[in-house]
Amino acid sequence: MKRRNFLKIPAFAGLAYMVRGLPIRAYAQSPLLQAITRQTQATGRVLVLIQLNGGNDGLNTIVPLDQYSALSGLRSNVMVSESKILSLSGIQNTGMHPAMEDIRNMYNGGLVNIVQGVGYANPNFSHFRSTDIWTTGSDADQNLSTGWLGRYLDLEYPGYPTGYPNNDMPDPPAIQIGTGISNVLQGSAINMGYAIANVNSFYDLVNNSVGPAPNTAAGHELTFIRNIAQQTEGYTSIIQQATSLNTNQGSYPVNNPLADQLKIVAQLIAGGLQTSIYVVSLGGFDTHANQTEGTYNESGPHAALLRQLSEAVSAFFTDLQGHGIDQRVTAMTFSEFGRRIKSNQSGGTDHGSAAPLMVFGPNVNPRIIGHNPVISPDTTVNDNIPMQFDYRSVYASVLTDWFGITPQAVNGVLMHDYPILPIFRENSATAVEEITGSISAADMLGQNYPNPFSRTATVSFTSKGGTVTLQIFDISGRLVRTVLQKDYIPGRHEVAIDRSGLAAGNYLYRLTNGSDQATKKMIIID
Amino acid sequence: MGHTNRRQFFQQVTGGSSVADTKAYSIAEDKIFQKYANKELPHGYAKATASLNPYSGPWTETQVMHLLRRTTFGVKAQDVATLKGMTLDQAVYYLINNTNPNPAPPLNYYQDTYADPTGVPMGQTWVNAPYGDGSVNSLRRASLKAWWIGLMLNEGISIQEKMNFFWHNHFATQTNVIGDARMCYNYHAMLRANSLGNFKTMVKLVTKDPAMLQYLNGYLNNKNAPDENYGRELQELFTVSKYNNPNYTEDDIKAAAKVLTGWKINTSTLTSYFDPSLHDTSNKQFSSFYGNAVIAGQSGMAGANETDQLIDMLLAKFETAKYICSKLYRFFVYYNIDANIDATVITPLAQILVDNNFEIKPVLTALFKSAHFYDVNNMGCYVRTPLEYILGTFRTFDMQLPANYTVADTYNAWNYLRNYSLNIGLDLGDPPNVAGWPAFYQTPQYYELWINSATLPNRMLFTDKAVNSGVGNGPNMNIKIDVLNFTQQCTNASDPDALIDYVCSYLLGVAASATEHASIKSILLSAQQNNSFWTDAWHDYVNSPNATNTAIVETRLRSMYTYITRLAEHHLC
Repeated sequence: MKRRNFLKIPAFAGLAYMVRGLPIRAYAQSPLLQAITRQTQATGRVLVLIQLNGGNDGLNTIVPLDQYSALSGLRSNVMVSESKILSLSGIQNTGMHPAMEDIRNMYNGGLVNIVQGVGYANPNFSHFRSTDIWTTGSDADQNLSTGWLGRYLDLEYPGYPTGYPNNDMPDPPAIQIGTGISNVLQGSAINMGYAIANVNSFYDLVNNSVGPAPNTAAGHELTFIRNIAQQTEGYTSIIQQATSLNTNQGSYPVNNPLADQLKIVAQLIAGGLQTSIYVVSLGGFDTHANQTEGTYNESGPHAALLRQLSEAVSAFFTDLQGHGIDQRVTAMTFSEFGRRIKSNQSGGTDHGSAAPLMVFGPNVNPRIIGHNPVISPDTTVNDNIPMQFDYRSVYASVLTDWFGITPQAVNGVLMHDYPILPIFRENSATAVEEITGSISAADMLGQNYPNPFSRTATVSFTSKGGTVTLQIFDISGRLVRTVLQKDYIPGRHEVAIDRSGLAAGNYLYRLTNGSDQATKKMIIID
Repeated sequence: MGHTNRRQFFQQVTGGSSVADTKAYSIAEDKIFQKYANKELPHGYAKATASLNPYSGPWTETQVMHLLRRTTFGVKAQDVATLKGMTLDQAVYYLINNTNPNPAPPLNYYQDTYADPTGVPMGQTWVNAPYGDGSVNSLRRASLKAWWIGLMLNEGISIQEKMNFFWHNHFATQTNVIGDARMCYNYHAMLRANSLGNFKTMVKLVTKDPAMLQYLNGYLNNKNAPDENYGRELQELFTVSKYNNPNYTEDDIKAAAKVLTGWKINTSTLTSYFDPSLHDTSNKQFSSFYGNAVIAGQSGMAGANETDQLIDMLLAKFETAKYICSKLYRFFVYYNIDANIDATVITPLAQILVDNNFEIKPVLTALFKSAHFYDVNNMGCYVRTPLEYILGTFRTFDMQLPANYTVADTYNAWNYLRNYSLNIGLDLGDPPNVAGWPAFYQTPQYYELWINSATLPNRMLFTDKAVNSGVGNGPNMNIKIDVLNFTQQCTNASDPDALIDYVCSYLLGVAASATEHASIKSILLSAQQNNSFWTDAWHDYVNSPNATNTAIVETRLRSMYTYITRLAEHHLC
C-alpha cells in the first residue's frame, strides 16, 4: 500500500491503524506524524554522487565502436569483443560494456546522459592527487582544502552546524555512506556531510543498537557513550523517522555494495528528507592486472564492477519511480581518472586521464555529449585520451541546471566560469527555480525594474535573432502569462510588463531564444 | 543541610544571584541521558581483581599512557617517552615529586577592556592590590580561572594540577559566592601549596581560611547564633562523610558548630582571626560514634585550639581515611567500589594514610605502583572530564598558542577554553555546590553525568573544529591542530596500520575495533585497498614537502582525525 493512500484512510473509531505494529493514534502529535507530513511535502532536488574509486576504464565502459579496430590492436588482452558490445538506441558508433545491460536499458528509456572525455588540463596520475582535484574542484596545480559540494552547501546553509537542525532545514545538508569522511563535502569550517560509516552502522542506528563492546568497565561506559552519541546526534531521530516510513522498498541486487548504499539513499529520500546531496562509492576500479576474463574479455573484475554499478543504479531508479519521486533525483558517476589506451602485459590497464562520465535520472538529456575519442593505431604507452570537457563544466551544469543557482553563485563555488553542458532536459529547470540556461545567458535577460513593482515594470533582454518568448510563471511553475512571442533582430531590447490580472506575490519570468533560456524572479506588490 | 537543599541555601545566602547550576539544561529532564545512564551500579562485568600489591608486569607504552592519562590533563608523546625511559618506581616518584606549588600569580590581562582602578598595569599581578570595584573584581576572577587553565595546559610530567583539582573538588568553593578575587586566589594558592602535603594540615587550614569562612558562613557562627553549616559539611563532606554510613548524630553537628564559633574575616588584610568574645566556651559533648568525647570549652585565645582538637578527633576516625581514599580512587581509577575493592584496595590505602600521619604522597605512591591500578580491567573506563577533553585535545595534539600572543591574547585564549569547559559541564572555580561535581559522588551514574544530550554534541564539535578550522575567540584567533606534526611523532607513519594503531593509542581509551580500524584505513587509502598508496604519499611528503604533496596527506589526515575524535572511545581514558 502506498503511503499516501494509507494516510487517506479515514480514522474510523475503533480501528487501529498500524505503523510498524503500533497504532497510529499513539503517534498523535508525535514526531512520526510530523515526519509523515514532511514526507509528503519534500520536493527538493537531490544529487547522488557515485564515486568509482581507483580510476574506471572508460574505453571499456562507453565503447567507441568506430575506433574498435585501433583499440583491438592496442589493448587486445582487455578489449571486450565487438560482438558483445551493447548497442544504444539511435546511436551508431558508441556502445556499452556487455555487463551494463541495465544502464543500456535506462539509456534507451531516456534516463542516461553520457559526457565524453571529461577530465582536466595537465592530468595527474596519482590516485590521491587526482581524487583531491576531482573532489575539491581545483586546477591540476592548485591545492584547495574545501570540497566543491562543501562550498555549495556553505552557500546554502551558512554557519552550519551552528543553528542546525532547524525548522527550515531539519535534515542533514548532505549524507555520505561509507569511506569515512569525504573531502567533497568539506566546507570552510566543517565537513558538511552526515557520515554513515558503513551499511551496518546505518542499520544499527535505525534499530537503536550500537556496536559490540568488551564486557569490562570500559565496555560498559563505551556502550553508554555510544548510545548517547547515537541519540544526541542531531539527525538520528530524523533518519529513524524517515526509514520507519518507508519499509516497502523495491528490490535490490544482493552482494552489491553500491546497491546496499543506494538502497539506504532511496529509503531516506522516500522517507522525506530534504537532504540534497548523497555521496556513495564503489571501489576496486584500479585494474592494473587481470582486468578481464572470458573468451571475449566480457567478464572478470572490471566487468563485475560495471555490472554492480549497472544493476545498483537501475534498481535505485526503479525503486524511486515506484515511490513517484524519481523526478527529484539525479545521480552522477565520477572517477579520479580513466585508464591508459594501451593495455599492459599484466592483462590490465594503467592510470589514464579523461574518461566518460554518466548522469542518470528522468531529467537528464538522453544523449551523448561530445564525440568518441579518436584512437590512433600508433598510440604509444604514454599516450592518453585528450580531454573534451573540463570536469567542472559538469559541476557547473549540475549547479546551474539541477540546483538552479545563479551563475554568480556557481562562479563562487567553482572560482571560474565554465561552459554549461546540455546534460539536463531544457524543461527540467522548471519555473519554480531561478536558473539560466547557458553561459551567455547571464546578460541575456535583465532584472525587471523596478522590483518589486505594483503596476508596470520594464525588462531588458538580448536577442541573438529569431523567435523570442517571454513568459511569466507562478512559483508552482504554472504559466500565468505569455508576455511576448515574436521575432527580434539581434541586439538589446526592452519590453514592459503590466501586472493587471496578476495577484501580488513572487513570480518567475523566462526568456527563451532558440536553444537559450534564462529565468529570473520578480515580485509584485499591491 | 542535605545535598538537595544546598542550592536553595545558596540562593538565600546570595540573594538568588550568581549561583551555578541555573542553566536551562536539566539532567532530570534529559530523557536520553535518563534512558541510557546507570539505573544501578554496573555489575556482571569483568572487574579488576589485582590487589594493592606492587605491579610487576611489563612497563610499556600501555602502562605509561594509563598512568599519564589519569594523573595529567592529557597524555603527550614526549612525556610517554620520558617515563618509559624510567622504571615504574622512578616514574611514579618523578610524577609525584615534580611539583609546582608556587607558580607566578595571575596577571592583569583586562587593562584594554577595563582599566584597573587600583593602578595595576597590564601584565602585572593584581593578587596583592586593593579590591578596586566590582567590574575589575569580576575580570580578576576571570584572570584567575584563565591562569589556572594555563597551568593545567602547560604542565609537564606532574600530578600537581590533577591533585590541585582533586582538592578543589573536595574542599569545594565557588568563586562567584566568595566574591573577592584575591580571596579566591589565596584559597587556591593554599590548596595548591598543600596538594601533595598533609591532609590533616589541609583540613585545619581550610577550616580557618577566609574564603571557606565566607563560603560556608563560618564567619557568622557565634555563641549567640550558632550556624551549623560548616560543622555539618566538615563532617559530611570533608572528613568522616557518609561513606559506609557512619552513625554520627545531629547532636555531633551541633557540638562541632559550637567548637567552631568565633572565627572572623578581616576584609582589609584578607586574613581570618579568632574573636574570643564570640566563642562558645561551654563543653562540647559528642556521641558514642566519637567515643563520647568531650571537647572542653576554653576561653580567651585558647578557644581557637578547640578547632584543632575537633579536627584531630574527626581524623582519628578510620572512616575519614577510608573516605579520602575512596575519593582518590574514584578520581583516579573508577567509580564503582564494591566490597572486594573496599577490602583489598580502599582499606589498605586508608591504613597507609593513617600510618603516615595523613601524608598524601605515600597513598598516591602505593596506588600508582599497584597491580590494581595497572589491571587491564581498570584501563579505559574513565570518562574524561570536560577539562581533560578540551585540554587533552590541546596537550595530546601539541596545540600551541601563537608565539606572538600578548598577555591579553593568551588569557583570552585560556578563557575561551575555560568557557568551553563550562559549556560542557565543568565551570572551573565554580562547582555546582560544596559537594563538588556530581560526577565524582552521585551514585549510580557518576562519570556518566559528564556525557549527556547537552554536552556530548558540543564535545564533538570542539574536536571537529580543532581538527578542521580551529578553535578560539574568533576567525583571527583560531588555533588549529597541526595534523602533520602530530602524525610525524609516529616513527612508522608510512605504514597505515601502524599509524592508525599509534594515533588510536593516544586518542582512544579503548582500542579501535577491527571495523573501526578498517573505516579509518579506508580514509587514509581513499577507499582503496593498497597500503602503498598511503606509504607512497607519506614518503613523497617527507622527501618533498611541497604544497601538493602536503595537501594530499593533510587532507586524509584531517578526515582521519575527525573520524577518530568522533568515536565514543575518544571520550574514555
